[in-house]
Amino acid sequence: MQFKSQAVAKPYFIAAIGLFVGQILFGLILGLQYVIGDFLFPAIPFNVARMVHTNLLIVWLLFGFMGGAYYMIPEESETELFSPKLALILFWTFLVAGALTIVGYLAVPYATLAELTGNNILETMGREFLEQPLPTKLGIVVVALGFLFNLTMTVLKGKKTAISLVLLIGLWGLAVFFLFSFYNPVNVVLDKFFWWWTVHLWVEGVWELILGSFLAFVLIKTTGVDREVIEKWLYVIVTLTLITGIIGTGHHYFWIGTPEYWQWWGSIFSALEPIPFFAMTVFAFNMVNRRRREHPNKAAVLWALGTGVMAFLGAGVWGFLHTLAPVNYYTHGTQITAAHGHMAFYGAYAMVNLMMISYAMPILRGRAANGNKSQVLEMWSFWLMTTAIVFITLFLTAAGILQVWLQRVSDAPLPFMVAQEKIALFYWMREWAGVIFLIGLIVYIASFFVGGDERETAK
Amino acid sequence: MSGAFTKSMARNIFYGGTTFFFLLFLALSFDTHSQLPKRDMRQNITPQVAEGKKLWEVNNCIGCHTLMGEGAYFAPELGNVIARYGDEGVKGFIKSRPKEGIPGRRSMPQFNFTDEQLDAIVAFLKHVNSINDANWPPNNQG
Repeated sequence: MQFKSQAVAKPYFIAAIGLFVGQILFGLILGLQYVIGDFLFPAIPFNVARMVHTNLLIVWLLFGFMGGAYYMIPEESETELFSPKLALILFWTFLVAGALTIVGYLAVPYATLAELTGNNILETMGREFLEQPLPTKLGIVVVALGFLFNLTMTVLKGKKTAISLVLLIGLWGLAVFFLFSFYNPVNVVLDKFFWWWTVHLWVEGVWELILGSFLAFVLIKTTGVDREVIEKWLYVIVTLTLITGIIGTGHHYFWIGTPEYWQWWGSIFSALEPIPFFAMTVFAFNMVNRRRREHPNKAAVLWALGTGVMAFLGAGVWGFLHTLAPVNYYTHGTQITAAHGHMAFYGAYAMVNLMMISYAMPILRGRAANGNKSQVLEMWSFWLMTTAIVFITLFLTAAGILQVWLQRVSDAPLPFMVAQEKIALFYWMREWAGVIFLIGLIVYIASFFVGGDERETAK
Repeated sequence: MSGAFTKSMARNIFYGGTTFFFLLFLALSFDTHSQLPKRDMRQNITPQVAEGKKLWEVNNCIGCHTLMGEGAYFAPELGNVIARYGDEGVKGFIKSRPKEGIPGRRSMPQFNFTDEQLDAIVAFLKHVNSINDANWPPNNQG
């Protein structure tokens, strides 16, 4: 570790992994509820479990982003973090707020939670992914602003690299677009229109800047390729991301009451959204092939290559599958969307965080890379989780195609629940793939606890 | 990438391109807002519809259902549920959900809504059903 203050990243990474475990456990509950409808009912209804699953995902990714940024920014800026103390205070604030929110979801009915937490003062709850009670939403804003203040001050007093600038733009964008979560007009079309300014402009916009910046940082460190080359690539990738992704928001404006011209704007621009992901894959492989050094951390390099490929498949290819308006007319709001969501989030954002953790955690623990035994386990977990997500996606895609056919295309369209029962086999297979994912995650965690004694000491 | 294309050129294209497309997005959004009154039936948003939307939100209906295709995919689309089952059909269904669920099957929780609340929910769903959403969903089944 070059700078002492980088150590604040460690608790963030540990919390991220802990919440990731929770996310997967609730994912398995949801998968089971798809086939055993009354599983845990009425104690944990599907909507509650889903809220926990998706909110834990968001929160662990944010922990990962923050940890990654706290690790990376001092090294990029070549100076200590502005305030390590603030970073730790914000860590505990965010963790406690997050935990209380999850407890709230599970302990009381959602309507009661809304009543207790001041939803009547400003109605923001009950919208997908933005279900957090008002105090939690305000907490997220406070933590984000404190975090951004800390990072911005660090960059201002140190060296300003392209990698830090792109990261800062991504993180500031994250904070700014979250503010739309406070805007909930009674007109449901406007509500939905601006809801996407948080949701889409996060995951298909500014988060990709965070992804690109992390990837560039780890590639510089592990391949030793010239910074000028890597940063040029980074600019090209984030340019492609934003010129396709911003107007690409239009692919959510096909069927929610917005004018029909969005079918053209949305289809054309979002059809181009795979390009930046493809560029990212080419970038990662290209840099690794041109490497000037053999970094002892093979696992981190594997995650870096993996995140490029899986983000391209999940976000790029599976996104493209249903993004053209004439196709989306039939697939909108089916298991096709769920299939895309699972692979895209894992490939782009779970994997980039796991890459950063993989690279930084050994250094935070005082070694350049983990021992061989630990890295072998970590690579096993990579393949188990990645293969599992591929199968989850394939099974959900099969379920989705059948659902679209049975419910929307055939001559005698079936009611929703009748169609669901006919495709249950694929939900069962998805659940088993989910069990493999969990095993992969257990192996991943185990990799932190083995072979710590045989230390790699290469530079 | 060849030497002629420098990092500072890439950076300028990034800032320029992003600004241009963000402004284009704002212009399209602005135009959309001028067209929405003809499509979103806002003149029909009564306090009852607003109350229905609030009930929709604070009971987290979107956690299982979709509305105009957005939400969770565990339970049926409700943007057109009024066309599918009618006012009384929707109210009757919500009222009759067994408290302990249905063995082995998915079931909606029993929310114990009052008659006024049920009317508000139906008013909201009716309003959503009336929005001009480019003729989605493809058929009555949602």
